[in-house]
Amino acid sequence: MTVATPVLEERMNLVVVGHVDHGKSTVIGRLLADTGSLPQGKLAQVKAMCERNARPFEYAFLLDALKNEQAQGITIDTARCFFKTRKRHYIINDAPGHVEFLKNMITGAARAEAALLVIDAHEGIQENSKRHGYMVSMVGIKQLVVLVNKMDLVQYNREVFERTAEEYTTFLENLGVHPLRFIPVAAREGDNIATRSRNMDWYDGPTVLEQIDSFEKAEEDFELSFRMPVQDIYKFTAENDDRRIVAGTVESGRVRVGDEVVFHPSGKRSTIRTIEGFMIEPRDEVRPGEATGFTLSTEIYIKAGELMCKAGDPPPHVGRRLRANLFWMGRAPMIKGKQYILRIGAMKVGAVLAEIQRVLDASELRTEEHKQQIDRHDVGEVVLETLRPVAFDRRNDNEPTGRFVIVDDYEIAGAGIVLEPATDRNSVIDNEIREREYSWEKGDVAPIERERRFSHAGKFILFNGSPGSGKRALAKQVERVLFERGCNTYYFGIANHFEDLDSEGGAGALTHDQHIDMLGKLTRILTDAGLLIITTIANIDDFDLEKLRKLNHPNEVFLVNIGETGLSKVWADVQLDPQPDIPSAVRRVVEALTSQHVLVDYSI
Amino acid sequence: MDQIQQLENKSIHILREAYREFKSLCMLWSIGKDSTVLLWLTRKAFFGHVPFPLVHIDTSYKIPEMIAYRDRLALEWRLNMVVGQNVEAIRAKRTFPDGALSRIECCRALKSEALKHTLSGEWPRMRLNHSTGKYEVDENREPFTGVIVGVRADEEGSRSKERYFSPRDKQNDWDVDDQPPELWNYYKTDFAPGTHLRVHPLLDWTELNLWEYIERENIPIVGLYFDRGEGKRYRSLGCEPCTNPVESNAISVSQIVAELRSGKFANIAERSGRAQDAEDGNTLETLRRDGYM
Repeated sequence: MTVATPVLEERMNLVVVGHVDHGKSTVIGRLLADTGSLPQGKLAQVKAMCERNARPFEYAFLLDALKNEQAQGITIDTARCFFKTRKRHYIINDAPGHVEFLKNMITGAARAEAALLVIDAHEGIQENSKRHGYMVSMVGIKQLVVLVNKMDLVQYNREVFERTAEEYTTFLENLGVHPLRFIPVAAREGDNIATRSRNMDWYDGPTVLEQIDSFEKAEEDFELSFRMPVQDIYKFTAENDDRRIVAGTVESGRVRVGDEVVFHPSGKRSTIRTIEGFMIEPRDEVRPGEATGFTLSTEIYIKAGELMCKAGDPPPHVGRRLRANLFWMGRAPMIKGKQYILRIGAMKVGAVLAEIQRVLDASELRTEEHKQQIDRHDVGEVVLETLRPVAFDRRNDNEPTGRFVIVDDYEIAGAGIVLEPATDRNSVIDNEIREREYSWEKGDVAPIERERRFSHAGKFILFNGSPGSGKRALAKQVERVLFERGCNTYYFGIANHFEDLDSEGGAGALTHDQHIDMLGKLTRILTDAGLLIITTIANIDDFDLEKLRKLNHPNEVFLVNIGETGLSKVWADVQLDPQPDIPSAVRRVVEALTSQHVLVDYSI
Repeated sequence: MDQIQQLENKSIHILREAYREFKSLCMLWSIGKDSTVLLWLTRKAFFGHVPFPLVHIDTSYKIPEMIAYRDRLALEWRLNMVVGQNVEAIRAKRTFPDGALSRIECCRALKSEALKHTLSGEWPRMRLNHSTGKYEVDENREPFTGVIVGVRADEEGSRSKERYFSPRDKQNDWDVDDQPPELWNYYKTDFAPGTHLRVHPLLDWTELNLWEYIERENIPIVGLYFDRGEGKRYRSLGCEPCTNPVESNAISVSQIVAELRSGKFANIAERSGRAQDAEDGNTLETLRRDGYM
């Protein structure tokens, strides 16, 4: 066959999967040979070598031989093979059949636009025939074709083919997976790979090559809601660039200059002022797949990790519990009670396995109802609970924002798709606090006695604002003034213990959640002791504040908010502009403390 | 969106992931076409800025025009340019051109070793002072934990097995057989103390894609890639004693694109002019396991 020259420079990524020894390499070798994609003389050379060693020639040997000659520029390796048809270029990604290499298989499959799954007609459906079928659907490949291989070993028997196809269809349908087609092939003999088989007149469908050329490139779906995980916020002030750019890659939908946008989970809103780029044509619209950046018309405080959406589009779900299908690759099993990191979109958040609803057995994909953990290579239907609210979609509504991975001990150990949001139950923290308060051993001195003696209640006075907002100087001055009035007060330098709470952390600040937790527990004790405990914090959000309030319960938080911060609503007891004038700001704080009866004068 | 735009967007996404996740990040700039495209993509990703240092390992045997080009762009684009070198080996003449080492041993000494110790900060780093135009010893010796490298999967076998985010242990070693999974837009960006990650934003690009992009974006490329009247040009750049040009009359980017499209080099490796590859059994795997780029 002559080398075909593709008309278009189109490329498509394929993956060939299936159980070990069912003939993946033979299928690939045959595709390369039959499309003339092999280096000159290679086929003859490998055949001669087999003859010399008295071994029957196998197309799979071609791959091995090529692997040893990668540097000749043919660039073939088991990792990626290239071939081309008249229609386009193809890249076949590595997808080893052995179960130990499942994470490689997943990696190869996740890059593919279509999959060929190979089943040995003689040996029938095996463990990885099933597992790979499921994985392919889970990573999001819509175009799956099943090759029933080694038909020569079953005398090209139509019944064997149909039985295999039927059995496998039943299995896949249980998982909600629908293959496009089954093709009977004998890859070693070339039957139905590039040319129609004379041995199987009863089959009138396409050959594998025809099938491959009929795979479709995914169309950009402009109808989907606009979603862009905020990858980062850039401000290159040191380079004399004052733009504050919200950067990310658009996962779906479109957005234009002037559109109103909402960031989740914070709920902050603004309008797109400009679409930014370097060495690009000016533009007023962005489309799916673009790695872009925006400036907004108002200064709002948002963090990397939020999901940027368009006002008016169906909003994403925002919550702390989600039901998901999850595939586990970690060496250690996934267990309840352990804290993992969930990554969804650009968000990184602590998460626990709250419930295991069922586990599909690794080898049989049989359902087990009462498993207590998810073992390596298992697929589980689970409920995950995050430590703070996250924004997500159901996978069926919007694929890119409905998929996640779980990180355990620095490694991506799990991958999954969101089925639906799960109802928020009593969160872990509510339960913890209830138990804590129930068993809290009190002394004999009642809070009111302390309040009378000190002439003030115990209170956690929190100054929230961006670095450089002037909060620290103000907080220290408030401590000074209260102290002079005779109050029991203490300025706690936040950076002494919780350095990250002193700076604007981006997504993935797992320690942030732990430190908020520790801070809340600490202030619970100090406020109970009747102290006016003062500290500063750099930009907490609503969820953090709510958590601090809960942890500090039954005592209260007094909030001084400076400038535009991560808090979406007006929670503040005192709201100040950045860099406030200290004496007047102190006066306002003291007045508010007095009007709220924190500072009381029992001597009158 | 065409092929090149897709590749560009993905590379930019990966660069931004790296920048967000790594406090101590650098990019290797070999002055060749690949890492120069990478540098261009970086300026696109960060809206005209290059927010991390560029590290060049100077073997002292680079073709002089490469160094001149490096310093010209570094000054023009205001790059934070850092240069590392195996000063000792060069001074002691323990190199291949001096007849003391094989090509592979020389690569190991002047490139892999120099790279390893420059990244870790154990050996001095020379930093370009933009006001004087001279290189000075850099005070900063903090190890780099993220290293952006312009390798491509189609260059040669070992690179085709790479991940976008590829872990290296304390010895700079690469465990080819146990690599992290990568799926959707999620990469391994968490790493244990003492280890570091190589980041490969160009993994999916082919040689032709690069030249098409260079043409489309009008990226300044060192002149050694073009035929300048001798019927030869470099297809891959390295040290002068170990790099040979290919037969070609291409004098411009568009002629290189046409030449690659014609299939002229379909059966000749891009790196066939790099003598150390041949000595390493044409796999580079030995060198790469030891930390070669």
